[in-house]
Amino acid sequence: MATFFKPFQSVLIVLALMAASCSQSSRESSQTVSTGVQPGPGQSAVVDPDSKPNVVQVAIGSPDHSTLVKAVQAANLVDDLSNVGPFTVFAPVNSAFDALPSGVLQSLLKPENKESLIDILEYHVYVGVIRESMIRDGQVLNQVNGKNVRLGKSGDALTVNDANIIGTVEASNGIVYVIDKVLNYE
Amino acid sequence: MNNVFQINKIITMKINMQIRLTIYIILAMVFAYSFSCKPKTPGSVSVGDAASKVYVAPGQYDEFYNIVSGGFNGQMSVVGLPSGRVFKILPVFSVHPENGYGYSEETKPMLNTSFGFVPWDDLHHIALSTTKGEHDGRWAFGNANNTPRVARVDLTTFKTVEILEIPHSSGNHSSPFITENTEYVVASTRFSIPIGDEKSRDVPINTYKENFKGTVSFIKVADDGEMSIAFQLVTPGVNFDLARAGKGPSHGWFFFSCYNTEQAYSLLEVNASQKDKDFIMAVNWKKAEEYIKAGKGKTVKAKYAHNVFDDHTHTATSTIMDEVVQLDPSEFDDIIYYIPCPKSPHGCDVDPTGNYIVGSGKLAALIPVFSFNKFITAIQNKDFEGEYDGLPVIRYESALHGEVKRPGLGPLHTEFDGRGYGYTSMFVSSEIVKWNIETLEVVDRVPTYYSIGHLMIPGGCTAKPHGKYVVAYNKITKDRYLPTGPELCHSAQLYDISGDKMQLLLDFPTIGEPHYAEALPASMLMNKQVKFYRLEDNQHPHAAKGESQARVERNGNKIHVYLTSIRSHFAPDNIEGVKIGDEVYFHVTNLEQDWDVPHGFAIKGANTAELLVMPGETQTLKWIPDRVGVFPFYCTDFCSALHQEMQGYLRVSPANSNVELQFSLGQNGQ
Repeated sequence: MATFFKPFQSVLIVLALMAASCSQSSRESSQTVSTGVQPGPGQSAVVDPDSKPNVVQVAIGSPDHSTLVKAVQAANLVDDLSNVGPFTVFAPVNSAFDALPSGVLQSLLKPENKESLIDILEYHVYVGVIRESMIRDGQVLNQVNGKNVRLGKSGDALTVNDANIIGTVEASNGIVYVIDKVLNYE
Repeated sequence: MNNVFQINKIITMKINMQIRLTIYIILAMVFAYSFSCKPKTPGSVSVGDAASKVYVAPGQYDEFYNIVSGGFNGQMSVVGLPSGRVFKILPVFSVHPENGYGYSEETKPMLNTSFGFVPWDDLHHIALSTTKGEHDGRWAFGNANNTPRVARVDLTTFKTVEILEIPHSSGNHSSPFITENTEYVVASTRFSIPIGDEKSRDVPINTYKENFKGTVSFIKVADDGEMSIAFQLVTPGVNFDLARAGKGPSHGWFFFSCYNTEQAYSLLEVNASQKDKDFIMAVNWKKAEEYIKAGKGKTVKAKYAHNVFDDHTHTATSTIMDEVVQLDPSEFDDIIYYIPCPKSPHGCDVDPTGNYIVGSGKLAALIPVFSFNKFITAIQNKDFEGEYDGLPVIRYESALHGEVKRPGLGPLHTEFDGRGYGYTSMFVSSEIVKWNIETLEVVDRVPTYYSIGHLMIPGGCTAKPHGKYVVAYNKITKDRYLPTGPELCHSAQLYDISGDKMQLLLDFPTIGEPHYAEALPASMLMNKQVKFYRLEDNQHPHAAKGESQARVERNGNKIHVYLTSIRSHFAPDNIEGVKIGDEVYFHVTNLEQDWDVPHGFAIKGANTAELLVMPGETQTLKWIPDRVGVFPFYCTDFCSALHQEMQGYLRVSPANSNVELQFSLGQNGQ
């Protein structure tokens, strides 16, 4: 058990994120005016330490995706991505968000721009699992927001639009491709 | 660039380690979470008056009968709303040892097919009979998804009374939806397959485009309910998913959602999601009916079973049919039109006015709502964007009333409240979304727990919804109830929809895997329930309508036991002279003429099941003794204070024994 809390830093991050998600669900609850039972938290709150992590838990567990996680929470997509899916998620690393023109990310995270944030995040998700072995050069995927991405394959190198796929994590409800750019469509 | 590359390398190396780390982190989360923000105990949620809204006081009745498909259990369940209490598991396509369905000699023929006896199926959808588009409380229809069949349940006995096999079909998913006056029940193929003679059927799978066909069967329903296949439309090969008939102004049309218009035959999860739009296939069934009447159909060979249960003989008969009439819509220009619909449409629902058709593309980011009037105008103007396999495709925009934008993720099915709103289930985002049919604005949304499939408003698919509630039938239960190992029940939630906002009232477990369900007011059914079968109407050839008729007869190696049961004994209850090599048929007649007094019958070593015999009914259990001895039989249904005394003995002797066949009751050493 001594090694259990070794990744102490990560635990701190997670706890911080959880605090954020707690306040988020209580905000949702407070909007409900009803004589019925107040809605509880969604599927992301299922307590299951035994099963393989889902795509959201994979992202939450990766310190390189803290910006993405923050964005997914701000867009209220945590429960959606905790669904059985299956999903193919293109997950930009923090440095990809840092590379966005200054002010863009801050602006997207504002409540009044939530729809744009959802749209951009949904552009990073495909419903269905496209494993590495299934990727064909030029393959087009229609993403959750209705727009297409184009996959590329050259030797062992995989790309999506102009981003490089730099890592792959299998999750219980799909697959996460770590990418080095935030995807954008025309 | 160099810098980025270095980061990439580091990240790639980290990935594997991250998986391990993630598990620790999640464990930590779990501990933290269980002490933090999950309001799970009843004390921490505001129950409001939800409990009183679903509380049915002892001795009181529920407001609605909810007939729920059981999915992979092949049954239907009968549930009360708003309480969520289960009243009955009603066997349809699966054997039911609990009451002998599929095991008794009388019910075995119900499960006969062209493949022989099939003891199981996958029942997905319910259709309650309608007249003028409104529930009439006569029958419930159900579909068998695997070995294609349609069943009819009598709602006065809650018994499966007819099963019709569908030839030239595979995967009868798009079924058993009905027309406005229950003129027809449809059955269309989920899996297109090569059809025709043996040579046409034995083709390479990669010739799907040339050789695979879909079929849409129109089953005529006679006034007494009896079903017969009126005709089959042979269509281009696609996957048919769901369907709804037009009503009111659109009566005479039927709408079918189609996916895999890519005509893929492998890895459909990728290859059937290529196109931006698939189709809703609109069928002018009145036209097809005219062509059939005019003799334009072609009679082709077919092999399928038609099984009917007779309430007077208490016996089912199975007839193998040998032909069916087919119509090729490509030979006519006014039967089939395709309406483009994004993307892989699942649900296809028609609003109560019959003016609007809603297609729910499960991978689409919006919900298209089509206008029947605009669709008809587009046909008149030949406003087509092309053809699909020679059949006209209407221009999307020309048939479109409008799109519900950003409804949620994974739209599947839509029901209606009769007040101008549609309610659509969203699988991926686990919610029900309420929207205005005219303005297409989303007006409310509620979470479901979790991953909702079908949803149901009482009468929500008819011309006159009863409204009041919507029920979510969910695919994922996870932490909703006390866990029961890897296999969990499927959860349902009941919401009050009488106000502007949907209100969660109740969360309850279900039987099997519910797909579609329907509900109708209790007052439509409860007063016409059969309480028992009249003995004088019993025309079973082996009935014993009184103890004076109870007897045992030998016919070669077949022993017929004419057994009666009444509180609290069988007649006869001592039987001797049965030998190894005999086949014993227990024909059990329940002599009671009283409500709720079934008698059961079970005998040691039976390789079948028990019988549960209703008052006035005769049912038969076949039993082949394999060893010498005395075998007890007994009543399995606690029928009276002396139920435990309701028993008998049957003696089995060796094959060459001289013991005479004899039977008695009450000869206790006197």
